[in-house]
Amino acid sequence: MPLIDLANPTRFLRLANQTIPWLGGVTLLVFAFGIDQAMIAPDDYQQGATVKIMFIHVPSAWLGMLGWGLMSVAALGTLVWRHPLADVAAKAAAPIGAAFTLLCLVTGSLWGRPEWGTYWVWDARLTSELILFLLYLGVIALWRTVDDPSRAARAAAILTLVGAVDLPIIKFSVDWWNTLHQGSSVFRLGGSTIYPTILIPLFIMAAAFTLLFATLLLAAMRNEILRRRVRTLHLMQANAVN
Amino acid sequence: MESTAHIDFIAAAYAAAAIIIGALIAWIMVDYRVQTHTLAELDEQGVARRSATSRAERTIEQAKAAADAQAKERA
Repeated sequence: MPLIDLANPTRFLRLANQTIPWLGGVTLLVFAFGIDQAMIAPDDYQQGATVKIMFIHVPSAWLGMLGWGLMSVAALGTLVWRHPLADVAAKAAAPIGAAFTLLCLVTGSLWGRPEWGTYWVWDARLTSELILFLLYLGVIALWRTVDDPSRAARAAAILTLVGAVDLPIIKFSVDWWNTLHQGSSVFRLGGSTIYPTILIPLFIMAAAFTLLFATLLLAAMRNEILRRRVRTLHLMQANAVN
Repeated sequence: MESTAHIDFIAAAYAAAAIIIGALIAWIMVDYRVQTHTLAELDEQGVARRSATSRAERTIEQAKAAADAQAKERA
């Protein structure tokens, strides 16, 4: 099927209906394997068993940023190419990205207390991550404020592109400022500083989280297309009465 | 897990993950049911989109044309 065919919501719905159960099943299997590998991974020589929190904290941080990245691409799709599914994807991704960012903040806080002696500190990494969460809430609120989806899409797209400035700030905050949060240890010049017995389970969990994100995004996009059909039918019904 | 130090923080983190992801999945599933249920109700009331109506009309016209062609063949 050519990629352009997916621009048709009816074709997209058919594809989503076929894909979601399989993707959900694969996600479940990879999660089971990932959690098993995370539980049998050795303790860190400095952090001890609390390193287990990393297996959910790091993937949720990556996906919180990936969510906003996807929304930024979709925002370009809305503003530049006016792709019919771009704003559907952007609207559907917002609550999912917000949930992963919240999970990152909560698990980071629970990891920080035993390691740093505090649940929260206003350092650059934590603060920029909190700003990302607030940006997500702002976009969700904006979608709900404007009744007409096409007008809401344009406003949300502009806010999304402005908010994308926060992504490099989050990534490089640990290099640009002195932070309590540790520096990059997975994707860095010179290779990862994490030993493979911990790094491999982390990648498996990251794959599981990514599959979950993809499944939920497809399902949420399907819901959004159906919601717009309901809205159209309600408008037709109201016009027929008048 | 080799040491049980800070096990409460680890358990709390995994519980938070289960709650947040579980709530997200539940919300998406409930939303899907609500939308499909509403669409089914509107369909029962006879409210249909223009494209859906025209597709149905086209199907009826095609069926009529096929029946006419069969009738002509028989004649």
